[in-house]
Order: sequence, then structure tokens, then C-alpha cells
Amino acid sequence: MLRYLLIRALSLSLSLVVASIVIFAVIEVIPGDPAAFMLGLNATEDAIANLRAELGLGGSLVERYVSWITGMLQGDFGTSYTYRVPVGELIADRIWVSLPLAIFALILSTLIAIPVGIIAATNRGNGGDFAIMGLTQLGIAVPNFWFAMLLVLLFAVTLSWFSAGGFPGWDNPGPALKSLVLPAIALALPQASILARVMRSALIETLDQDYIRTARARGLSRGETIRRHALRNALIPVLTIIGLQFSFLLAGAIIIENVFFLPGLGRLVFQGITQRDLVVVESVTMLLVFAVIVVTFLVDIAYAIVDPRLRRK
Amino acid sequence: MMIDVESLSVRIRAFDILRNVSLTIREGEIFGLVGESGSGKSMTALALMGLLPRVMEASGAARLDGIDLLSLGEYDLCALRGNDISMIFQEPMTALNPVQTIGDQVAEVLTIHGKADANAARKIARDRLDRVGLSHIGLDRYPHELSGGQRQRVCIAAAIALHPRLLIADEPTTALDVTTQAQILDLLKDLVAEENMSLLLITHDLAVVSDMADRIAVMEKGVIVEQGDTAQVLRDQAHPYTRKLFAASAHQPDRTATMIDDAILRIEDVHRHYPGAREGFHRGPPVRAVNGVSFAIQRGESLGLVGESGCGKSTLTRTILGLDPLTSGQITLNGNPVSPTMPRAHRADMQVVFQDPYGSFNPRWRVDRIIAEPFHLLGRKPAPSDIAEALEAVRLSPEDAFKYPHEFSGGQRQRIAIARALITRPKLLVLDEAVSALDVSVRARILDLLAELQDQFGLSYLFISHDLTVVRAITDRVLVMQAGEIVEEGQTEQVFTAPNHPYTRTLLESAPTLEIPA
Amino acid sequence: MTRLPPALLIGAAITLIYAIIALISLVWTPYDITNLQVSNRLQDWSATHWLGTDQLGRDMVSMLMEGARTSIAVAIVAVGIGMAVGVPLGLAAAANRGSLLDEVIMRGNDLIFAFPSLVIAILITAIWGPSATNAILAIGIFNIPVFARVARGGALPIWTLDYILAARTAGKTRTRISAEHVLPNIANLLIVQATIQFSLGILAEAGLSYVGLGAQPPTSSLGRMLSESQTMIYSDAWLAVLPGLAIVILVLGLNLLGDGLRDALDPRLRRARG
Repeated sequence: MLRYLLIRALSLSLSLVVASIVIFAVIEVIPGDPAAFMLGLNATEDAIANLRAELGLGGSLVERYVSWITGMLQGDFGTSYTYRVPVGELIADRIWVSLPLAIFALILSTLIAIPVGIIAATNRGNGGDFAIMGLTQLGIAVPNFWFAMLLVLLFAVTLSWFSAGGFPGWDNPGPALKSLVLPAIALALPQASILARVMRSALIETLDQDYIRTARARGLSRGETIRRHALRNALIPVLTIIGLQFSFLLAGAIIIENVFFLPGLGRLVFQGITQRDLVVVESVTMLLVFAVIVVTFLVDIAYAIVDPRLRRK
Repeated sequence: MMIDVESLSVRIRAFDILRNVSLTIREGEIFGLVGESGSGKSMTALALMGLLPRVMEASGAARLDGIDLLSLGEYDLCALRGNDISMIFQEPMTALNPVQTIGDQVAEVLTIHGKADANAARKIARDRLDRVGLSHIGLDRYPHELSGGQRQRVCIAAAIALHPRLLIADEPTTALDVTTQAQILDLLKDLVAEENMSLLLITHDLAVVSDMADRIAVMEKGVIVEQGDTAQVLRDQAHPYTRKLFAASAHQPDRTATMIDDAILRIEDVHRHYPGAREGFHRGPPVRAVNGVSFAIQRGESLGLVGESGCGKSTLTRTILGLDPLTSGQITLNGNPVSPTMPRAHRADMQVVFQDPYGSFNPRWRVDRIIAEPFHLLGRKPAPSDIAEALEAVRLSPEDAFKYPHEFSGGQRQRIAIARALITRPKLLVLDEAVSALDVSVRARILDLLAELQDQFGLSYLFISHDLTVVRAITDRVLVMQAGEIVEEGQTEQVFTAPNHPYTRTLLESAPTLEIPA
Repeated sequence: MTRLPPALLIGAAITLIYAIIALISLVWTPYDITNLQVSNRLQDWSATHWLGTDQLGRDMVSMLMEGARTSIAVAIVAVGIGMAVGVPLGLAAAANRGSLLDEVIMRGNDLIFAFPSLVIAILITAIWGPSATNAILAIGIFNIPVFARVARGGALPIWTLDYILAARTAGKTRTRISAEHVLPNIANLLIVQATIQFSLGILAEAGLSYVGLGAQPPTSSLGRMLSESQTMIYSDAWLAVLPGLAIVILVLGLNLLGDGLRDALDPRLRRARG
């Protein structure tokens, strides 16, 4: 187990290093002179020189990369050119919208999808399965931001149950949570549709295995066989998808934040792009990629807990 | 009468799977149910367990102590399965839940039937595992940490945990090596005596039932064609199908080929080592899969290579075929060195026939393209007459060239595989378990064909098999391989009648033999 | 194969209709959508404008036709990139299982997986600015590891089969075996995956265009139409509903087609062994 963890952790750090090099290369190497790029065509030589000094563009690429990484490791994400505040502060602000939203959506999606998938698999081929498969097929086809617009139209404009957008801040936890309800539903439903289908097919595949027949021959009823033997095995592929979905939810929230005018990481990154604030874009994308890689690592650990074949050897 | 099956029929839509199957299994006896694949023997067992696929309909009666199993509801069947009747299956590698410890899986039988609480169940599970010879294996081990034979023992422990009246064993040893098979069969025999239970032993192997069963039934296409006391059935062979089955099992092809004293293949001190398994950042000691093997095959000779799984014969085969590099030593074919980089023209002297008649062909290719593939070695395109000749040589018709593999039976596919191997007129044919997947009657005809072809084309055979009967029937000389080394070599008849090496003796003693009483 | 699954037929019909509409829009649309007539804005459905006009006076039928074409084109090219690069990589990895090449290809894939397509798009647009081409690139790059994995996963079990060994004893190289034996036998998997990625591509294009990282004016795309209509949703909801529906129906059709193909091509559903 320890060895497995060690190897996974090593590959995790390697992925992080390579990913950071890729991001660094795209943002700081490809544009040539980031300072000139950020200031646009009308910038004066002086302004560019000032910005270069401010961004610390004096050193070699290697020096700059190393100082970027060591900075981030110490919590220094640079200073936003447009906001004139440390990017770390901006992120700390915004992450308390994006992260709860992603977690909220993930919980919602998992809570819906797993029972629904199990019901479909155990009723394979009959009306209930057919209805669930039809609905999930529709759920996958709906773009989440369009679904979000429809939710706004129905629940905010027509029924006035929720506000159409904005975020009141965590000082008032009730309204804050309420303002995340529609975005979370919009994010969760398409993901839940995918997850339910994965759960269904994983369970159906597991139910075809020899050891299920053995369990039945031992006198377990169909229900007991599913509970005691099939579910844990079927959960292995489902875990992968849940892991992937968290990454998608965190990144995909970028679009939903736009629909609901939520001050999350997504809005930050878009403002960064339109204002050519490369410092913001670079740090936030690195953070997103970091989150994805860490979640993948956590899924690997979850695998080892579920599947003993990965622990030893 | 304990189990009394009366006119059991099973059908799937309009298709009959079992027709009027009637048999009785007495208390404490071993009842053998024999038949070739598709004869319906497994379906009979599943019908008794109430585990037939839902699309199948059963009629008739199957009584256990007077209670008709077919009329029982699911609830009653669950109470019965694992308790009064239990079952073990062919494939021990996949028969256990991979994410649950073996202790839990054995104990489950007890808890699910409410016979013991969790603690008591674990104690009984320990005891049952000890009984099946796994006293050295902890309850907290997972199936993947066990060998195939050990896993089958776990299955047996779970099956006998509640002292069932009847144990059904569906091809319980078919996936196992011959020595493991002998141990498992002995265990089953002992358990039957000890527990006073009955055993329904389902197998394709006449030799296994003749050794084990008190009474046997022979099944063909969903019908029991003959049943009775084992000795009597063996002696009388009243039904033509029974006769055919026995004849095929003991078939000895006429071998007329002549051997020339000139080696076609020479193997000199061949080693093939793999790097050891990764252990964190370093590796374990290297695996010596083939460890100093030397032998030669003469022109026109048929040489057998026997050994159990993991003995290194697959690795050796791959190096002989020039697919894997050697660690050291030398292999020469017709005087030319064999290696993965050998010239194509040299490879044409040697072709191969594999075991699996289904995996041997690209399902998207037509037969003419399949059997012409080795022409790649000769660097020219085959003429239609080449393909027709190859097909005729294996007694197929030239029109078969325009069909796809799935249109053929298992035996016919093996003929196509031989045609492909013959098309470049090789001098050596490597037959890698080439008849192991076939039913006995098909196997007998393929063996005849191989004997004829050897004479006709002056072929040398390297016949690799775990099946000692077949090797004895078709080879002149035999090598016995164990742990990467050849432990015995000699004339086939001599090795079989007077083995020198203890391992050879174990192998021969383990192999079930079909002895027909006079 | 006696009967085609209904999902396959419905999905194929929907996909075909969209393909025809997109092709027609190449040569003809009812109105020129680059011609803005603000006086003509927000018209109701009528004989002259079947689905009315938008806030800039453009004919909605023409907008939808062009929008569908852009979305489909972006998705097709993105899937093409993913297949053209991913499949050979996956085949090469499978042909050399466990080798350094395999390791490098698979770790490279994991790395791309760590960049969701949206993040790739953000990086690309941060430097080169938003455009349909960059959306294609972003989605295409994301598709590469998907196809590489499917190709490798499908190829590995085939490499253990005897006909591969037979081909090797016939002196064929790994590359040639990959092309002759492996690729045709994983074509099913790849086709099914392509329809799935195609529908994901439509959704991704819509998302990117919606937030302004995709197609730029005057090009119309279904995602752009949604983005332009967002401010109108309270007064003229159909401007947002129509392009959304167009996306849903197309994606639904593609998914049904993919599912239907999988069922029709699944080897397990063919004649059972033995």
C-alpha cells in the first residue's frame, strides 16, 4: 500500500512539474515579451520597461520559472496588473465561490446518479430502465449553461423563487447557499446523467461475472448478491468518472459562473483574458490543473481502498 | 433415491436445450455426467440449482427428497442453494469476488443462511479451509493472491461449509494442471465419503469419470443416451454415441511417416530470463523462464514437449518461433540461426498452429486471405491454386476460400489453421496445444489428419501439450519440462512405461486414465 | 444481423438531417446574415421569416443554419485531429506494450487529461485571442488522449490473440500488423467513440462560443447565438430557446447514433462462441 502511494505521489509531482512547464511556456515564452503583450500596441517604451521590471522579466527563462514556482509554493502568486493586488488574494476570495459550487454540484450529481443507475441496472430491459435511459440521454444532450438560462427563466423570472444571479457573500450563509442552488443544479444534472449511465453499465457488467453466479449458488438472493458483491466491484469505474467530473465541475463552473454572475475563479480568468492580465491567467490555470491532478491522485488512493489487487504487488 | 430428475426439458423459445432428461443420484454416490461441448450437461446442473438464465423455460420434475425443485419459488431456492445443494464451477480464476477476502466469502454461506453469527462463521470457515488443504492460507487473503488450484479449494470449502446433500461440480478441474487436477479430484472423493454427500460430476473427460464415478450418464445434444453403473457402461457401450466417444478418447492415429537422421531444428543451451517484478525502485531477481534447454528435432520426427503451466514451455515456444530474443544459447532451423530479426525466407521453413480455434484468425478476413498470409515470407503473391491445394490438403473444399472464419466449426477452423501453416511448405510445424480445445471426436480426426500430412509432406512436428494421452498418441520422442528445464527425454513409449525422473512419474500418476474393463 | 436498433435509426436520421442542412447552408440560406437591418428586428414568426428575426434583424432560420454548420464543422475537425493523432499513438503504445514508448505516450495522455478543454482554450485564447480555429484546436487537443486511450485499450486484448502471433510468424512488422489486423478490429470502438466525441465537441463549441472563446462575429454558431441572446432572455426567450433546442436535438441524435452503433457492432451480441 505504502509503495503504491509512493509511486502515485511521485507521478503526481512529475505531472505537476510538466504541467507547470507547459503553462509557463504558453504564457511567458510564446508571446515573446509578455510585458509588451499585456500593454498592447499603444504602449510606450517606458511603460513596457516599467512593467518588465515589475513582472521580474529581467532574468533568464529558467530563473523566472524557478521564481514563479517557488513563489507559488510560498503562496505568492504574483501581483495582478489590472487589479493591483496580489493574485493570491484574488484567488482566495474567488475560490470560496467556485469550490463550494463544485462540491455542491458533485454531491448533488452523485446522490442522484448512483441510486438512479442502480435502479436502471436492476430493472434492466423493462419500463423503468427505459425511462431512466431516455431521461439521462436527454440530460447529457443539454448544454449546462443553456439549462442554467432556462432555470433562471423559470425559477427566477417567472416564479421568483431564486435571484437571477449574483452572490451575497458568506457573511450571510443562508442567502449565499441559496444563490448557489440554481448554478449547482445546472452543473449537476448533465453530470448526473453521465454518472447514472456509467453506474448502470458498470453494475450490469459486474452482474455478468462468474463470482456473481458463485454467490447465487451459495444461496444469496439477487438483492443480496448485488449489495454484497456487485456494488463494490461496480464502484471502481464509477470512481474514475466521479474524479474526472470534479475536475470538469471546477473548470466547467467557469461558464456557469458567467450565467449567474458569480464572482468565482471563472470570472476572474475571463477578466484576466480580456484585460490581458497574464499573471492572473497563469496562476489561475495552474491552480485548476493542480486541482485536477490532485483529484486524480485521490481517486487512485480510493481505488486502492476499494480494490485489494492494487494494494500489494 | 435422493435426487430424482424426471423428464426434465429445457427450452429457449422454440429451441430444445434438454429433452426428457431423467436420472437419479443416490445418497453418497458420485454420479458422472459426460458429454461434449453443447451437449447440455451444464444446463442440467443449472436447472437443478434453479439458476437457468431467465429466457429459458424448464418443464418436468427434479425432486430432492421428494420436493420438486422446479416448483419452488425464489425464496425457497435461496434457502436451498448452498445449504442442501451447492455447486462449484470450471473457472476458479474468476469464480471468487476479487475485492472480498476468502474468509469472508466462505463465512458468508453460513451467515446468509443464518447458521452462525459472524464470529462463529469465521471459525467454521477456518475449519473448512483447513479441511480442503488450505491450513497455511489466512482468512484475510484475497483471491488474486492464490493459485488456480487454491482458489478452487476455496470454492469447495464454501460449497461444503453447510454439509450439503448434493455437490454439483461442473468441469471442476478442466482449467487446472494435471497434478492439481489429481489433488482436487482426490479431495472431492474424500469429501464425498466423509460428509456422506452425493457428487454430480460434470465433465467432458471420460478418463476422469471412469476413475471417479459410481455411475455415469452420457449426454448428446440435450438427451441422455445411456446411463448405468460405470463399469457396465464402460464395458457394454450400448449406445453408438458412447462407442464413438470411447473410441475417440482412446484414438491412436496410424503413423507411417519415416524419420531421417538429420536435425531440422537444433536448440543449444537456450536461456531466456525476464527481469524480475518491480519492487518499488528496484527489481526482484530475474525469472529464469527457460534455463539451459538443449534438444534437436530430426526430419520427419514428431517430438512432444509436455509440462504444466508455468514450466516455461510457452516461453520456449516463442523463442523457437523467433518471436522473442534469447538471453543466451542458440537455435538453428535448417542450419540458419533463429531470432526475431531472422530473414523472412528462413522463417518460411517453420510454421505454427495454435490452440484457440476462435482467436487464431482475424474475424474480418476471408479464408483465402488468412491462409495466404505466410506468403509474406516468400515475397510473392499466392496463386489461387496454392490456396486451393492447401485447403484440399486439410480435406476442406476450395470453395471454402471465400467464406469467413465464423462460418466454420471448431474442428474446421483448426483445419484452416493447419492449411495456413502448410501453405509455404514448411519443414517444421510447431503445434502449440493444437488439439487441446477440441472435443474428443473432433480431436481424433485432426490427429489422423496430422499423421497423414506428416507422411505426405515429410514434416517434422514439435507437439507442445499438457495432455499426456495426446502426446503419447502422436509423438516418437518426448521431453518433459519443469521449472524451465528439461528433466526427462526419451522415446515416447519408454518414457510413458518406465519414467526415470520423479516429476515424470508424478505427472503420469496424476493423469487420469481410461481403462475399459474387459 | 436481422433488425437495426431503433436508437440507431432515429439517431442516424437526426444526424443526416443536420448534415444536409449544414451542407445546404454552404450554398444557400433564406437571407444573408451579414446584412443587419435593425428596423427589421425581433419580428414574429411569419411567412417571410419562418422563425422571426433576432435583435439585429437577422433571419433566425438562416442564423440557425449557419450556426449549425459552424458548430458541426468545429466538432468534425476537432474529432479529426483527435483521431488522426490519438489513434496512431494508441496503436503504437499497444504494439509496444510496457516499453518506454508506451510509458511516454500514456503519461503524455494523462498530462493532457489534466487540462480540461476549457483550460486549454483559456490558455490558447489568452495568447492568440479567441477564434473558431482556436476552439477547434482546444477541443482537438483534448480529443487526442481520448482516442489514444480507446485505441490502446481496444488494441491490447487483440495483441494477445493467436492471429497476431500467426502474423508475426509470417514475418510481418508491428506497424503492419497494427494496420492490417488491429485497426480493422477496433474500428467499431473508434466509430462509436467518434460519435460520442462529436457530440461532446458540439457541446464544447457551444460552451466556448457562449463565453466568447470560440467563433467570432460575423460568423454565427449555436453557442454564439445563445450568448447574444442572453440579455434578451427576459423579453424574447425564443431567441435563446431555439439555438439551445437545436444543440439538444443534434447532440441527442448523435448520442443515439453512438449507442445504436455500439449495440449493432458489439461483438458480444454476435453469434455466441461454441
